[in-house]
This record gives sequence, C-alpha cells and structure tokens, in this order.
Amino acid sequence: MAIFVNADTKVIVQGLTGGQGKYHGLRNQAYGTQVVGGVTPGKGGTDVEGIPVFNSVAEAVAATGATASFIAVPPKAASAAILEAAAAGIGFIVCITEGIPAQDEAKVYNTLVRDYPNTRLLGPNCPGIISPGKCNIGITAGEIAELPSASGPNVGIVSRSGTLTYQALYELKQRGIGVSTCVGIGGDPVPGTNFIDCLKEFQADPETHAIIMIGEIGGSAEEEAAEFIKANVTKPMSAYIAGVTAPEGKKMGHAGAITSGGKGTAQGKMDALRAAGVKVGLNPTEAGDLMAEIVATLK
Amino acid sequence: MDLFEYQGKQYFARYDIPVSPGDVAYTVDEAVAAAEMAGYPVVVKAQVQVGGRGKAGGIKLADNADEVRLHAGNILGMDIKGHLVKRVWVEHASDISKEYYASYSLDRAAKKHLLMLSAEGGVEIETVAVENPDAIVLLHIDPVDGISLDVARDAAVRAKIDAEAVEGVADMLVKLYRCFTEGDCDLAEINPLILRPDGGVHALDAKVSLDNNAGFRHPEWEAFRATEELDEREQLARTHDLQYIGLDGTVGIIANGAGLAMSTLDVVNQVGGTAANFLDIGGGANADMMAAALGVINFDENVKSIFINIFGGITRGEEVAKGIVEAMGRVELRAPIVIRLDGTNAEQGREILANAGIPESKLTSKPTMLEAARAAVALANGN
Repeated sequence: MAIFVNADTKVIVQGLTGGQGKYHGLRNQAYGTQVVGGVTPGKGGTDVEGIPVFNSVAEAVAATGATASFIAVPPKAASAAILEAAAAGIGFIVCITEGIPAQDEAKVYNTLVRDYPNTRLLGPNCPGIISPGKCNIGITAGEIAELPSASGPNVGIVSRSGTLTYQALYELKQRGIGVSTCVGIGGDPVPGTNFIDCLKEFQADPETHAIIMIGEIGGSAEEEAAEFIKANVTKPMSAYIAGVTAPEGKKMGHAGAITSGGKGTAQGKMDALRAAGVKVGLNPTEAGDLMAEIVATLK
Repeated sequence: MDLFEYQGKQYFARYDIPVSPGDVAYTVDEAVAAAEMAGYPVVVKAQVQVGGRGKAGGIKLADNADEVRLHAGNILGMDIKGHLVKRVWVEHASDISKEYYASYSLDRAAKKHLLMLSAEGGVEIETVAVENPDAIVLLHIDPVDGISLDVARDAAVRAKIDAEAVEGVADMLVKLYRCFTEGDCDLAEINPLILRPDGGVHALDAKVSLDNNAGFRHPEWEAFRATEELDEREQLARTHDLQYIGLDGTVGIIANGAGLAMSTLDVVNQVGGTAANFLDIGGGANADMMAAALGVINFDENVKSIFINIFGGITRGEEVAKGIVEAMGRVELRAPIVIRLDGTNAEQGREILANAGIPESKLTSKPTMLEAARAAVALANGN
C-alpha cells in the first residue's frame, strides 16, 4: 500500500518534449515509474527515447490507459494543461510549474471541484510524490527515499516546501526508516491537495505507521491540520515549521510564505501542532530525531 | 508588489473606478501645478507604504497655492515611521457624507475570493473587526462565477450602506472585482469609499498589492516597478532574478527552495548566528545563477561567512559546484564559504569542488545542515 500512487499507476508527462519534462520524465521512468506517454500539441507521433508522444491528453489516455499526469509546462500554459488533463479523465495530476498567477490557480481549483470532482491535483509549484520502490512522479531524486520495510514501521511524509521534502526524506534515510509515501503539496496560496487530504489518506493507509509533516509560515493550513489531527489522526506524528526567524510582512520566496498582523507565524503553528499531540522539532534534523524516537516505540 | 496610493488610484482608473482628480508631485512646484489642475481646496498626501500618515502630519488640506507650498514643503522629505517621503499626491478635496470600506482578497482557507464590505469605513478595518465585527459583511465569491450586480447590491444592503448609495456602491463593487481579478491583485482595498452630498460615490484611498507571478501579462506594471523601494542589495538581486531579502546579520545565506532557505535562517539562528539575508536561487538554478547569487552576497559588507545550503531536486549538484568555482575565479569573495551539498548529482558536485584547488580557508564542505551552520556561524563570530 501507499497513498495516491503505487506500482500500477500509469503516468503521462504533459511537456515531455520540453527540457524539464524530458529530464524528470526520463528520471521517473528510470526509477521504475510506468511512464507510458507524453503530450505536446503538434508533436504527436514522435517519441522521446521510446516514449510515445501524443497531441492531446485525450489521445494519450485512449492509447495508453494512463491514470495520472505529470505537468511540466511554463506558467502561461499550466492552467489549460491541468484542465485538459481533468477533462480527459485523469484522476491524479501532479503540476510542478512554479509562478502560476494566483487568480488562475483559484479559478482552476474551483473548476476542478465543481466539474471534475474525481480528479485530484497535487501542486502547483510542488516537487511531486514518491511511493518509494513503486512510483515517483515529479522532481524528487528517487535514491534519497528509503524503501518501506515489509514488517514496518514506515513513515508517511507531507510537506509544503520542495527542498524541505527532500530534507525530510534524507533525514529518514540517514536513520534507516522506511517511507510509505512522500507528498510535496507545494507552497502556493491555492494548493490542489492540502495537508488534511494527505493526513486522511495516511491515517487510512495500513502501510503507514507514523507521519512527518513539514510546514512553513503564512496562511493557516497548519493550524487547520492541527485541528484535524486532534480529532482524526491516531498515528504518531512529528513536525517542523520553517520560518521561525522570518521577518514579518516579507514574502519569503513562496507566494504563500508571508506573516502579517501576527498571523501565520511559525510560533502559532508550532503551538497548534503541539496542542494536537504532535512532536515539533526546531529544525528538520530535530524532527527526524523525534520521528526516530517514535519509530523505536513502534517496533 | 505593493503600490503607492497614487499608483493604486491610477490602476483603479483603468477599471473605471471613480477617484478624485489629482496628480503626483515630486517637488513643491509640481505640487502647486497639480493643485491648480485639480481645483482648490486640495489635499496634499504623503506617498509612503505605511499606515498612520495622517497622524504623522503627512496629510494636509490646502485652500490656495501658498498653503500647498507650505504643506508640500513640509511633507516632502518627511520621515514617516522610517519611510522617506519622496512624492506627494495632490487631489481635489471631496465633500464627504459617509465613509465606507470595501476590499477583495483571496481567502486561502476557503480557496475562494473574499469580499469585505462595511458601512464603517475610514478607520482601520482590523479595528472594526475587533470592536464591531457585525458591521463587516464577509462574502465568499467563487472565482469561476465572479460577482454579479445583484449579488453586489444585496451585499451593500446587508452591510447597511445608506439607501441612496447602494446602487453606486454595487456598481463600484463589480468594477473593483474586475480590477482585482483581471488586474491580478493579491489585494484591492478602498478605505474610505465615500458617499458625497451629491449622492455620488468614489474611492478616496487605494491600497493595491499586485501578484508578481502575473507580471508577464501586464506590461503596464513596468512603471510601478521603477518606484519599488528596495535596498541596493535587493536591486542587484532583482536584475539576476533571485529571490532575495536583505536582513541585518553576518552569515550570508544561499539555498535552493524557499522552504530550505527559511530553514537555513532558522538553523543559523539556533546555533547562535544571525543571517544577513534570505536568498533562494530557485529550482533549476545553474552555474550562472550561483555566480550571480555570490555576487549579491558579496555586495553586503556585513557578511562574515557564506553558508550555501543545497539539496538538489531540479537543481543539480555539479551545476552548483561549477557556479561556485566560476564565481570565485571572477570576484574576490569577502568571506569564506561553508557548503552543504546533497541530492541530485551531489557526488559529482563535491568532486568538482574538491578538485578545483580552492584552499580550505576559503571553502569548506560539511555533510549535514547543522554541522555546516555551526561552521558558518563560528567563522562569522570570529572563532
């Protein structure tokens, strides 16, 4: 088991003929992911190192039976690409594109909710998802993810920040702790998939025994997650919130990472998570140490 | 990007939102000329991006040219909460019957647009929210549907907007929504939105924040960018497309990814150091960007050590290493580098650095983020 993606997931890459799409699409394939096709309008009938390219997502789905899409196209084209995938019946979309206007994101999100309730969007501006040993969609370097152990315990990871997602994987790898699935939800203001969506899945996944959550300043997603954890999550958790030292009112790189009027601060988020029973580390390594302690009690 | 009031009003005008006639002035003479055009009496308003301008003496009424001279002379060059007043906005003074409040923003929790409307404007909306929350109407708008005139009218009635102003306010709400969405604003706020004795309504102030991601479809934003108040380091970073925020500490920070950059600041702080900046070289950073990033950091005289924290995903370790070697060949760095390199092609990157013949006094490599932070802080603190 794993969440959202597994060994059976068939993936197409929208933008496979572009630089990013090709590099990461081929790496995902090399990892063992079933990359069954690519989509680039006007380049249908060609191939990228043996992977067939189609003109549209609908054609690609008809020919390959793809169930997931990896979107690696520029910000201007990303919204249309997401909606095209949803319209073609893709159930799971990973969009790594950074820099999509917030207005477009809000429109796409609400269109998906209304017209394509069976499609889940991960991202945009996210590193993707990896179920180690089974499926890797996105830009994560697969070798830093520890394979889950058959006997457990294994840890699920959910993170708002790209590079901190890798850091979390790395911290667990250093300690030899298996990972069931690692989900990077992205740091944009309107993520298609949020902490709670992932926590719900991890709670239900028999292969996941504990959960690490990596948050950051800005918004209230961590506080909402804390409420959800208190009421619904029985699996032990550790967490880290980036941005304890961030100055107020400045956007720290991510459009979503800004504190204002004393809201969205790291301290407030850490307090909320602690109150929900989560062990909170002051840096990623500490969160890893806390998880190692948790895992030791589960063995 | 936050706009000044006058820019916000110019932006509103593009979407047919009525504002007072006026102009921006950089000198006393320009202020007088603007006043003559607008028609007396006029208001002279300091243009700074901070609240409390009125209390600080930055907003004055003038009935004639001499008074404009006096007030503009006092206000230009004034320091308001650390913000230097470089320009004033001079507009025709409006007769005010009532002051309302209206704004659109994104409610991230609800993932919908949020209209805030109140008949109690002219004061900080945060204050109203605390003292009289019932006076604010909050309305979620589905971005797919937008807001219709009927919905806007209903909101105005519920907000207890005076009957004679309801039509005008509703019309304004529809126009402001167009400005917010088509104009790619993170925030579009009018406070106060006034009702005049003649029954008309218009925007007496403008607070607009633009979404930088949408810059590609707004060539008209170029003029706004020219007035953005950035320090020299931030200017330099912008020309290289780097996400940089200047801070006051002594450890220069370069990381890939906003989260890792924030986390790097946190860790430096925890081991007893202070960060000189936040710098995210982004995903897919190459040798050129790394060289540019080091150039920006090198510009900062407070920097005593440089902590490069890279975890490769899109970013490739060998590119990072090449950039460092190239930058060190191009400029004499003022401070030693401590690097932690992991992820995609990190092995190759470490090899490039090890074989580049850089002395250890200038570059050291550490296996973990914590160890690297400790080493960088020790260097910065002179141990």
